[in-house]
Amino acid sequence: MNTNSTSDTAILQPAASAFLPLDEKVSLAVIAIENAKNWQDKYRQIMLVGKVLAPLAEAYKVEAAQVKGCESQAWLYHHQLESAHFFCADSDSRIVKGLIAILLSATHGKTTSEIANFDLEQYFTQLGLSGQLSPSRTNGLTALANAIKQFAAT
Amino acid sequence: MTIAFEHDAIRAQFPTLAQQLDESPLCYLDTAATSQKPQSVIDAINHYYQFDNANVHRAAHQLSARATKHYETVREQVKSFINSAKAEEIIFTHGTTESINMVAYGISQQISANDIILVDSAAHHANIVPWQELAKRTGATIKPIPLNDNLSIDHCAFEQLLTLSPKLVALSHVTNALGTVNDVATLVQKAKSAGAITLVDGAQAIAHFDIDVQQIDCDFYVFSGHKMYGPTGVGILYGRFAQLDQLVPMLTGGEMIKTVSFTGTTFGSLPNKLEAGTPAISAVIGLGAAISFINSLPKAQVRQHEQSLLEYLQQQLTQLGDITLYGANANNTGAVAFNLANEHHQDVGILLDQQGIAVRCGHHCAMPLMELLAIKGCCRASIGVYNSKQDIDQFIAALVNVKALLL
Repeated sequence: MNTNSTSDTAILQPAASAFLPLDEKVSLAVIAIENAKNWQDKYRQIMLVGKVLAPLAEAYKVEAAQVKGCESQAWLYHHQLESAHFFCADSDSRIVKGLIAILLSATHGKTTSEIANFDLEQYFTQLGLSGQLSPSRTNGLTALANAIKQFAAT
Repeated sequence: MTIAFEHDAIRAQFPTLAQQLDESPLCYLDTAATSQKPQSVIDAINHYYQFDNANVHRAAHQLSARATKHYETVREQVKSFINSAKAEEIIFTHGTTESINMVAYGISQQISANDIILVDSAAHHANIVPWQELAKRTGATIKPIPLNDNLSIDHCAFEQLLTLSPKLVALSHVTNALGTVNDVATLVQKAKSAGAITLVDGAQAIAHFDIDVQQIDCDFYVFSGHKMYGPTGVGILYGRFAQLDQLVPMLTGGEMIKTVSFTGTTFGSLPNKLEAGTPAISAVIGLGAAISFINSLPKAQVRQHEQSLLEYLQQQLTQLGDITLYGANANNTGAVAFNLANEHHQDVGILLDQQGIAVRCGHHCAMPLMELLAIKGCCRASIGVYNSKQDIDQFIAALVNVKALLL
């Protein structure tokens, strides 16, 4: 599944200062995605919210941080501050980057139990994106959500 | 005898195609991954399970006799379909991948360290990895066969490599990622003159070309049922009898033996020797129906229809602008590979899917080829006999929307 499942992986981590709280534009965009009137609007918003996430420096786009199960490349880093979990992530696909931002909107800065109780299916269904969840999809959304949950659980 | 070419009537035989995906009609352009199945194939499988279900080659009862007869009739059908010399040269496998693995495994004892195996650079992973494993077992060396500017095999470079006296040459007839075509008869002739054993992967050719294995003159020709309007789970390994008979069975067990004792077992003869275990009987019967379907079509007109569709597709994509086509030659068959500007192929695929368009986006199980093209992947639109100009128009209109969103 993913190679990035343990917190003690000896890979270069972005500095703690890189794990900032999410820009409020992300939660606004998630509302816009939920209310989008057609698929074009929905995906335009998804790509826009992806742009709000700061890009990961090239040095961090390494194999060891990759979440497997995506046709595109996606990298995920985790940082825990007291009881809250923070993430840095990027993808070479604009849609996947947007889906990551949507995922982080629900999980970034949350506690272990909040993330453990996060219902991926319900969340994406509410956003009208349940079609992106099926395991046969190569966008890796399920793999990314699992990676986030695993990070938060360890 | 001439058969009328009525495209609507052909398309109407494929029930899956008559569906809506949300607001859009399904536009299926992923035949190179797997073709849709005509009603006759679905009916043949149903009929077998409803009336004839029994194991083959075993029991002395009427049902088994009927199933066995049907199963062996399909072997004869495949023999005629690809014009092999003997029915025993036709082995039912689970697909192209298994067919190639059976050859790569079965030939191990004929390969020694320092032997050279030439592999098409544009081959599907199924026609690369089994040879790599064979090389690991035997100490042989794999050498990729370079491509020319059209991204088909470079005949000059191939001739150069043949001076190394390779033991085996593995070719693609039509490449799965790009739809480029190799003149396999000429390549095989050259390989044979150099003393090599030849295998041709025909998975992407079988639905589009009239295959004559005696004319190609290769030692092995392999393909899958599911890419030629038949079911998944059945494929063909054709082997020239003398070569096929030398393969060590990869699978051993029931059906393939002559005698078994704890002091020693003897194997049966071809084809059973290479068909251990209960085969995918219903899929074989479905394959027979698929061959009947293909034979019911006017071949020349089908070929012309598919070629003009592909030409139209290439031309429309070029006209759209901001499109890179890969290896798009006039004689390509079945598929067009492209990227939209610098956009990720997956993003293009997701946005096409929103509009009911089924294409494949990825590395197409041809990572070495993607590396050669210096791309992570691409989109591939591929066609079958059922596709129409309307499908291409729907696809291009959808791509216009994708372009508006992404660029």
